[in-house]
Amino acid sequence: MFGFLMSKEQKMIKEEVGKLVKDIVIEDAHDMDENGEIPIEAIQKAWSLGASVSKVPEEYGGYGMTDSPVETAIILEELAYGDMSFAIAATLPALFIFPLEEMGTEDQKKKYLPLYCKETYTPCTLAINEPHFGFDPVEPKTLAVKKNGSIILNGQKCFVPAAEKASHIMVAASLDGKNELFIVDRNNPGLTVSEREKNIGLYPLETYEITLSDCEIPAEDRLGEGRGCDYDKVLQKTRIAMSAIGTGVSRASYEFAREYAKDRVQFGEPIAHRQTIAFMIAEMAYEVECMRLMTWKAASKLETGHDAKREAYLAKIYAGEMTMKVTDYGVQILGGHGYVREYPVERYYRNGRSISVLEGMAIV
Amino acid sequence: MIGLELPKSALQLKSMLNNVAINLFRPIARKYDEAEHEYPKELDVMRGAMGGLGGRRPPEDSAGKGKDKPESESLGTNMMTIIGTEEMGYGDTGLMLSIPGRGLGNAAIAAVATEEQKQKFGDKWAAMAITEPESGSDSGSITTTAVLDGDEWVLNGEKIFVTCADRCEVVVIWATVDPSAGKAGIKSFIVEKGTPGFKLEKLEYKLGIRASDTGTFVLKDCRIPKENLLGSAEVKKRSTEGFKGVMKTFDNTRPMVAAMSNGVARAALELTREKMEEGGCKLDYHRNINNIGSMEKEYYMLEANLEAMRLLTYKAAWMADNKEFNSLEASMAKAKAGRCGTLITQKCCELLGPLGISQKYLAEKWMRDSKILDIFEGTGQIQHLIIARNVLKLSSKELR
Ligand SMILES: Cc1cc2nc3c(=O)[nH]c(=O)nc-3n(C[C@H](O)[C@H](O)[C@H](O)COP(=O)(O)OP(=O)(O)OC[C@H]3O[C@@H](n4cnc5c(N)ncnc54)[C@H](O)[C@@H]3O)c2cc1C
Repeated sequence: MFGFLMSKEQKMIKEEVGKLVKDIVIEDAHDMDENGEIPIEAIQKAWSLGASVSKVPEEYGGYGMTDSPVETAIILEELAYGDMSFAIAATLPALFIFPLEEMGTEDQKKKYLPLYCKETYTPCTLAINEPHFGFDPVEPKTLAVKKNGSIILNGQKCFVPAAEKASHIMVAASLDGKNELFIVDRNNPGLTVSEREKNIGLYPLETYEITLSDCEIPAEDRLGEGRGCDYDKVLQKTRIAMSAIGTGVSRASYEFAREYAKDRVQFGEPIAHRQTIAFMIAEMAYEVECMRLMTWKAASKLETGHDAKREAYLAKIYAGEMTMKVTDYGVQILGGHGYVREYPVERYYRNGRSISVLEGMAIV
Repeated sequence: MIGLELPKSALQLKSMLNNVAINLFRPIARKYDEAEHEYPKELDVMRGAMGGLGGRRPPEDSAGKGKDKPESESLGTNMMTIIGTEEMGYGDTGLMLSIPGRGLGNAAIAAVATEEQKQKFGDKWAAMAITEPESGSDSGSITTTAVLDGDEWVLNGEKIFVTCADRCEVVVIWATVDPSAGKAGIKSFIVEKGTPGFKLEKLEYKLGIRASDTGTFVLKDCRIPKENLLGSAEVKKRSTEGFKGVMKTFDNTRPMVAAMSNGVARAALELTREKMEEGGCKLDYHRNINNIGSMEKEYYMLEANLEAMRLLTYKAAWMADNKEFNSLEASMAKAKAGRCGTLITQKCCELLGPLGISQKYLAEKWMRDSKILDIFEGTGQIQHLIIARNVLKLSSKELR
């Protein structure tokens, strides 16, 4: 049915997540950023809401609810409104669980889902990005080759969240020219996790470069085994998630700048009374709305069982560009105060940079 | 429920009006771009044929009587209108504005007229005249006067940039009955063509939408019946109700202007895509946007913008159908669609290269046409003002 109205459940979950974010994220986001760390209790609280396991069948530890990309998009926006690193970290296992649940074989689900669909947050992760110029998620340079009933992986990945702590990493690689996903045990001798990365933003999020050198995995750990998986679908879902996160980060910057502009007095009047400032705020307001609607459009298309390749792609590139614009305006509206770390807008700007660059950091 | 796929009924209307766009509008688009001021007689077949679909006819009033509330799988009048308007804008904006009986004045009459007035003027092609030489964006500052003399109003003043000035049968004229009362004194009046003292002074030559005529009226001791005051005759001294009432029709018509912009932008993008694909560019929404050619990248960003403006437009219309106050969303849709439609059509001409500036193709025309959509019914700047006041909760005194 056509409409822009959230369902009762969607409103409820939005409120619930919004409250959590207000209580445990917004106030602490600055400290998390400075310390480069998210308290595990905070993550556990978000995990306890159960969003990442809700659609996993009960026998594997989930709630067996119907899949709702729209609902996940709403949740991601709320979380990212609080803090982008938090949004990625708190939903990280979903990057492993969702593809497994949707495309894994019975045996794979039985083996892996119960490990991660638990009361306590247990990190597992997805590796898509690669540390080379011209990186393209649809043309991974990481290669998978079949050999004596096993699969040998070779390549490098970067920006892999929680790679150090995760006990399994889902790795994107090309097998016979087709992009697929492979489950790699953290203790595989062919896998090396380098030192924690330092990036322009997302300070609290632990990310790592990993190297796969002749990394041998059993053929059963190819997602979907013999039939393989629908990598493009996974990409669609992660693109929608990135645009949901971009919406959240942008909204945070917009709302902060809007309130600031009403308080800050220069030349005897609040700066919001000047059109130059007010019009930037107007633009921020409708661009946030645009990002959200494009995210919803793509997500609702998936939700009704349609392919959302085009919509997901457009939502992601739009959010990538507009998040930069909105968060840039956010800093500008605060002037010099926007440039210092006392205020959150410079953080939104730094974090927002990764929306258009990164793929596969969250999923709907 | 969040669901942004159009239902079947909407797709049927869309395809019906797409047919009109392709088979009626497109073949004569260039002809009336050149024959400026000539009435496109081919549009006669559309007179009265449109029913409530896709025409420039907003629903009763935005406070709503509830009868247009959408049910399950069907959409409300505003959404259907938006969908139809996009198709016709896709066909040709100038021609769409020239559909007989679908003037902006008709929207005002439908919104606020009394039963008798609807009986008398409902079927007449009605233009709307607000703008004056000294009063454009600041429409509250108009100086055309209306003075009651016995059973007649006597009107004096000058109105410019009136769409359908030559072709319409009646004009809804905005005038003040009490210049000292400011906006509270502003009322609208229905003036019939041929009334003594009511003269069409000139027609403009324009950048685009040349199929649509734009003219100046001079009112000199123009006498009209007392009953021609649109809506309630009561002149409340300190109330801006009348002014606001007509302003309110903009909450319905602004998304329509946005929808026209979506249509023109889509037309330009479609031609651009066709030529790009002929030239060997593959557009499959797949590869990293930074690893592809600049032309493809540019195209994708433009298409993403079109998607964004269309969704804002849908939202504004959907809210009106659901009797939600949509002033903010209507202005957002018009601000975004007006600006981006202009940019998209400009950029398409660039991507098309020599084909983009040649009159052999319509792209150069679409670039000229779409520019008006960021100007009339409130310029882009005025939309930003409305949005900013709304989200910042500032009055028009605080944010001027
Ligand atoms: C083809 C065409 C058809 C039209 N049809 C009709 C019609 O049918 N009926 C009718 O009544 N009118 C009609 N108009 C008039 C149209 O609505 C006005 O031209 C428009 O509202 C702008 O007014 P203006 O031209 O006087 O510009 P101005 O108001 O003089 O504006 C000039 C510039 O200043 C900006 N500006 C003005 N005020 C502010 C402010 N407060 N803050 C920031 N910027 C500001 C504007 O955005 C614009 O960029 C038509 C115009 C055209 C060109």
